[in-house]
Amino acid sequence: MSNAPTLSLGRRMVGLAGSGTVATLLLLLLALWAVFAITIGDRFFSVNTLQSMAFQMPELGILSLAMMLALLSGGLNLSIIATANLSGLTIAFLLTRYIPGSQGLAWVGIQVLAITAGFAVAALVGLLNGFVIAYLGVSPILATLGTMTLCKGLAIGLSHGNVISGFPEPIVFIGNGTVFGVPFALIVLAFCALPVALMLNMTPFGAKVYMIGSNEKATRYSGVNTRAVLLKLYVFSSLLAGVAAVVMLARFNSANAAYGESYLLVTILAAVLGGIDPFGGFGKVGGLLLALIILQVISSAFNLLNLSQFLTLAIWGGILIAVAAVPRFAGKVQR
Amino acid sequence: MPESHIASFGRFRRSHEFWLLIVILGLCASLGFANAQFLTMQNLFDLLTSYAFVGILALGLLVVLIAGGIDISFTATASVAQYITLSIANAYGANWIGVFAIAIGIGGALGALNAIFIQKFRIPSIIVSVATLNIFYGLLIFFTGGKYIYSLPDWFAAGIFWFEFEWGKDSSYGVNLQILALALAFLVTWLLLNRTNIGRQIYALGGNADAAQRLGFHIFGLNILVYCYMGVMAGIASLIQAQLAQSVAPTVLVGKELDVVAAVVIGGASLMGGTGTVLGTFLGLTLLAVLQNGIILLGISSYWSPFFVGLVILISVSATAWSQRERRTRGARR
Repeated sequence: MSNAPTLSLGRRMVGLAGSGTVATLLLLLLALWAVFAITIGDRFFSVNTLQSMAFQMPELGILSLAMMLALLSGGLNLSIIATANLSGLTIAFLLTRYIPGSQGLAWVGIQVLAITAGFAVAALVGLLNGFVIAYLGVSPILATLGTMTLCKGLAIGLSHGNVISGFPEPIVFIGNGTVFGVPFALIVLAFCALPVALMLNMTPFGAKVYMIGSNEKATRYSGVNTRAVLLKLYVFSSLLAGVAAVVMLARFNSANAAYGESYLLVTILAAVLGGIDPFGGFGKVGGLLLALIILQVISSAFNLLNLSQFLTLAIWGGILIAVAAVPRFAGKVQR
Repeated sequence: MPESHIASFGRFRRSHEFWLLIVILGLCASLGFANAQFLTMQNLFDLLTSYAFVGILALGLLVVLIAGGIDISFTATASVAQYITLSIANAYGANWIGVFAIAIGIGGALGALNAIFIQKFRIPSIIVSVATLNIFYGLLIFFTGGKYIYSLPDWFAAGIFWFEFEWGKDSSYGVNLQILALALAFLVTWLLLNRTNIGRQIYALGGNADAAQRLGFHIFGLNILVYCYMGVMAGIASLIQAQLAQSVAPTVLVGKELDVVAAVVIGGASLMGGTGTVLGTFLGLTLLAVLQNGIILLGISSYWSPFFVGLVILISVSATAWSQRERRTRGARR
């Protein structure tokens, strides 16, 4: 493996980009763009296509960020969708109950309060996750499997599986409005991704998260209060699910206990495709965003080509395996 | 009582399975007290029949977890096996042996594909199975258009009904296809894990893969076996599910994978590999079945059923983790 002069172009690009996955993903994205430019033509680059892509990405994007945080610490958060639906229903209930008949300051206040209440619900679920994982020592997959079922159960029990719909203008705008042609939901995604990236890369908290993901025991013995870090991390993860809840209920103009359930495994797919190590310790927000763009490009292109969305699912799976196998075939020794 | 029996009972009393058993017995006693319907033969046979699908999949997953891997693609594998097998049976005709042979073949092949991706491409099993779940399922719906199959061969729709016996006034019971398959799956998995050399190797592989390799175990072969076993179980489970539902619905199985994971992990199997027992899986499955059944019999709105299931999962995994930590700290102090 030490035949340096015969480095392939791919490996040299890897070296330049500093990270294997980002380079692979960029190459993949360029290749996809080229293929779809040939097969679809101008229609693929029209403003309409770009805008519809930008409308569809944020939900999955914010949920994937929530999943990513848990993955980085070597955990997993299976409860993100259930959390989003529970806090979405909370917001929807408060809005439909108190908005009709209110006006002026009360009208604005109720909307702010409803969203705050939704975030509070999400934070509570996060606290429960964090407590069970960090302080009781339950493995994250089991703990969040439990809270997932619990939250979904609460949501179904309270809503009887019904849809709550009909929200005021500003709420609907979050999911469907544009600012200078840019969907507002995309701006929300940016306002989630940027702080998360800064937190992970620039703060001691972020460094501790990566350390816990690499070796939790060693991190604890080096004097880091790993329990407090994990508790906080799962609260952040849950809060992101709460933001996703707002975007989701705004886009559909309704909330339900079972929305977006098929997203759960797709968030893992997106995160891992984006170079987040499923065992923790490695991965950047930039990689995740690239992976999301790739998934969205494929989905939109297949839509334009009138191909089934299920074929898109299959291709997503194939790409995940291909990208995950790259280190092996590039001759790089994996971890 | 001989010395060794006392020792092994003492070990059992400290085990995860013992506490599960206590919880289940307590639950059964109070449910039997609250509703006369609960402790009846009718209810027992109904429960066994309806939980056979999850149970058979849980046994396959148990073997994968013990070996230190994970597989969540089995619902897609089951959907593919079910659809192809019963399409063939409809088009060309087949018998019981034929359909099971085809379903087992398809399940085994898809399982082997997982193992090849995991071992030869060196991709973690969680990534592979998330990917193959989407690939198998996406392709199945793409090629079939998601159409249901409602007409099944007559002999298949009729099923089997063995060892019929009378109980009470006018009710007769017998071993149906679902119960037979579930019992066989338990027996074979127990034999594989406890009575064969390969079973010990699977535990060793999950306990410490490097050590197992240095001992000269054939790691690739073991992995192929483990993931094929999961696939075969998915193939078998898919057929008995179609027989019970009297139709093939390609979209209803995918999404149920976490139910199966819940049954196995409540039963004490660790995701780190190397631990887990057939008895534990049986008890985990029983707990879920009794709980869901009890909620219905107690007349609680079925809307609240998932809430209580979630509560039990959370309490059971927390209690296990807590007792393990207590034991560790006591051990450290000694």
